[in-house]
Amino acid sequence: MAATEIARQAGEGVRSVPLSGHVGFDSMPDQLVNKSVSQGFCFNILCVGETGLGKSTLMDTLFNTKFEGEPTTHNQPGVQLKSNTYELQESNVRLKLTMVNTVGFGDQINKEDSYKSIVEFIDTQFEAYLQEELKIRRTLHSYHDSRIHACLYFIAPTGHSLKSLDLVTMKKLDSKVNIIPIIAKSDAISKSELAKFKIKITSELVSNGVQIYQFPTDDETVAEINSTMNGHLPFAVVGSTEEVKIGNKMVKARQYPWGTVQVENESHCDFVKLREMLIRVNMEDLREQTHTRHYELYRRCKLEEMGFKDTDPDSKPFSLQETYEAKRNEFMGELQKKEEEMRQMFVQRVKEKEAELKEAEKELHEKFDRLKKLHQDEKKKLEDKKKSLEEELNAFKQRKTATELLQSQAQQAGGSTTLKRDKERKK
Amino acid sequence: MGQQKNLEGYVGFANLPNQVYRKSVKRGFEFTLMVVGESGLGKSTLINSLFLTDLYSGEYPGPSHRIKKTVQVEQSKVLIKEGGVQLLLTIVDTPGFGDAVDNSNCWQPVIDHIDSKFEDYLNAESRVNRRQMPDSRVHCCLYFIAPSGHGLKPLDIEFMKRLHEKVNIIPLIAKADTLTPEECQQFKKQIMREIQEHKIKIYEFPETDDEEENKLVKKIKDRLPLAVVGSNTIIEVNGKRVRGRQYPWGVAEVENSEHCDFTILRNMLIRTHMQDLKDVTNNVHYENYRSRKLAAVTYNGVDNNKSKGQLTKSPLAQMEEERREHVAKMKKMEMEMEQVFEMKVKEKIQKLKDSEAELQRRHEHMKKNLEAQHKELEEKRRQYEEEKVNWEAQQRVMEQAKLDASRTLEKNKKKGKIF
Repeated sequence: MAATEIARQAGEGVRSVPLSGHVGFDSMPDQLVNKSVSQGFCFNILCVGETGLGKSTLMDTLFNTKFEGEPTTHNQPGVQLKSNTYELQESNVRLKLTMVNTVGFGDQINKEDSYKSIVEFIDTQFEAYLQEELKIRRTLHSYHDSRIHACLYFIAPTGHSLKSLDLVTMKKLDSKVNIIPIIAKSDAISKSELAKFKIKITSELVSNGVQIYQFPTDDETVAEINSTMNGHLPFAVVGSTEEVKIGNKMVKARQYPWGTVQVENESHCDFVKLREMLIRVNMEDLREQTHTRHYELYRRCKLEEMGFKDTDPDSKPFSLQETYEAKRNEFMGELQKKEEEMRQMFVQRVKEKEAELKEAEKELHEKFDRLKKLHQDEKKKLEDKKKSLEEELNAFKQRKTATELLQSQAQQAGGSTTLKRDKERKK
Repeated sequence: MGQQKNLEGYVGFANLPNQVYRKSVKRGFEFTLMVVGESGLGKSTLINSLFLTDLYSGEYPGPSHRIKKTVQVEQSKVLIKEGGVQLLLTIVDTPGFGDAVDNSNCWQPVIDHIDSKFEDYLNAESRVNRRQMPDSRVHCCLYFIAPSGHGLKPLDIEFMKRLHEKVNIIPLIAKADTLTPEECQQFKKQIMREIQEHKIKIYEFPETDDEEENKLVKKIKDRLPLAVVGSNTIIEVNGKRVRGRQYPWGVAEVENSEHCDFTILRNMLIRTHMQDLKDVTNNVHYENYRSRKLAAVTYNGVDNNKSKGQLTKSPLAQMEEERREHVAKMKKMEMEMEQVFEMKVKEKIQKLKDSEAELQRRHEHMKKNLEAQHKELEEKRRQYEEEKVNWEAQQRVMEQAKLDASRTLEKNKKKGKIF
């Protein structure tokens, strides 16, 4: 028996002991299966392709049921993703199937951004899962996984080569999702053209470095069929929900004047191969790859973006606690710094404003000091004037007094003279 | 959430279980079983009987032969294969448990071991670069109760109370062949009573949708705790080769369900509930550990009142929220500071204005005063000037008159009128 992954992980030092009877742990796979069956399965398919390539019809045909939706028109302003979830049951297996359709893909004149909404959608699902995984109290075992497990890329049956839109889109998606390219409406291509077309597509994919999903060949039970199928990629499919009577059976087919294309006839198209590979053989592997490869890549990039590392500069591994604590300290330090900066800025402003106001105050005082001085001068002048007036007044008074005195003396003298004259006359 | 759709033909996803089966076989299985109990209770023998192999042998002695001074926790790994299925079995035993005179805290090494396995898993799960992680967490703990027939010992109760929220505990009555069926019944009832009394949560078998299965589960539940007997020797009984213990009075057969509950234990532990034990460990015990660990890291230094009921976030989301809160707080602080600043500036400017007005007023007052004085002075001067002019005019008139008088006199003198 080949060594299992777990045995390999355990390493060389583990001893193998023989059993002397039937213990019963060979029921473990059944226990596991019973658990998953009772929980139900979940699968999410994304259909990318131009309007009118028969995406909805193919889904109806693949899952043997009529899903919702009306045919879309060509005049959508941008690419939108519409998703619908259905609960299906086959025998005792319940499947929660989500189908996501790209509406309006390839219809715009400028298709440069067409792939963006698809990438965004896929990333959003990864992000939702990552957030759930990082929560402190989480319920991962009952989480409805919305990550895209398979992307069916519909190639238009031109017969020549891939369109540049196809190459660009697939290149952007190949590290995010399992891409299974299919040639849509392949009843428009003849057999010989088809072979050439497939080769051209495959070589273009290889030369552009687009990694499409390879059916796994590591499990011997399915290795052979998977590797054969890998050689038939991309699958040329025809979808139809209409039934036509062939022989005595009703089969799904498309009826043309020149013949009937039977959907489930392997010489007519690869529909059966697609169904086998996608659903019956590798559904679980598609889910596993999504989780262990595409999701892990997204998660790794996201965490690295946020500054998480596995080892510190000295190559010692971080424990989770250390990492979170370091992050937290860094974060708190940042917040503190911001707070400090703001305070400092205010202190600065206050200082500046105070200086300004002080200046203004100083100017005011200077102004009034000047005025005061002026006033003082004026007052002094006035005093001087007053003084001089006083002096003049005094001088005048003196003059007046002196003159009056003189006058009165003169009068007296004059009187006495007159008296003398009169006296002399009398003699 | 989704709509129910009916299929009208073959699709093929009914094959999903097979795909899962195939992948799980390829990956292989692992299981970690812990055995705890005093020495001499037949733990190693039971393990050998359970897995029909010489896990413990002369070369690899059981725990009772390896007792050291303190309780150790040791693990041995073996790889066993059966029916295309490989199982990596890890047995963890605890030599020295309960054997000392003072057994206080002898459960601590056990708790530490379980926690360290959780820690390893948590760290591996939280790495940026993750690989397929081996699951070395303890999935089940078989706790051996000595067949005293009376009840649980204080050590038993203490151990189970401390471990029941960390690991799936399956209590077993060891060496059950020392009890008669009635004694065993009594003993079991007593033990279950005490377990309930102390609110100990032992491993519970899950309910299923299947009626039949539920009946079986009920039967098992009625016989808890399971009373087991183990044996390394094969004896011939009635032409059959069976595992058993030979006594002068008969053979106690390990796999005879009338003699003991060994078969029930084996079926339950290995054949039907091994996967569930792993699931419960992963979904319940590990998640409890993880959320407690992360809550401690996240809420270090954060107000405890806030953290209640917010454990649905990841530590990073928590930091994001704290950052937002802080930004809001800073904005508020900034606004407040701004307001205070504006107010103070206004005040100061107002004061300045007031002082300016005051000074202006005073200046005006003084100016007016001076002007009034000026006017007064002007008036005085005017008066004086007027007076002066008048007086001088008067004087001039008087002078003129005098002059005229004296001229007349002279004239008269000359005329001789004066004798």
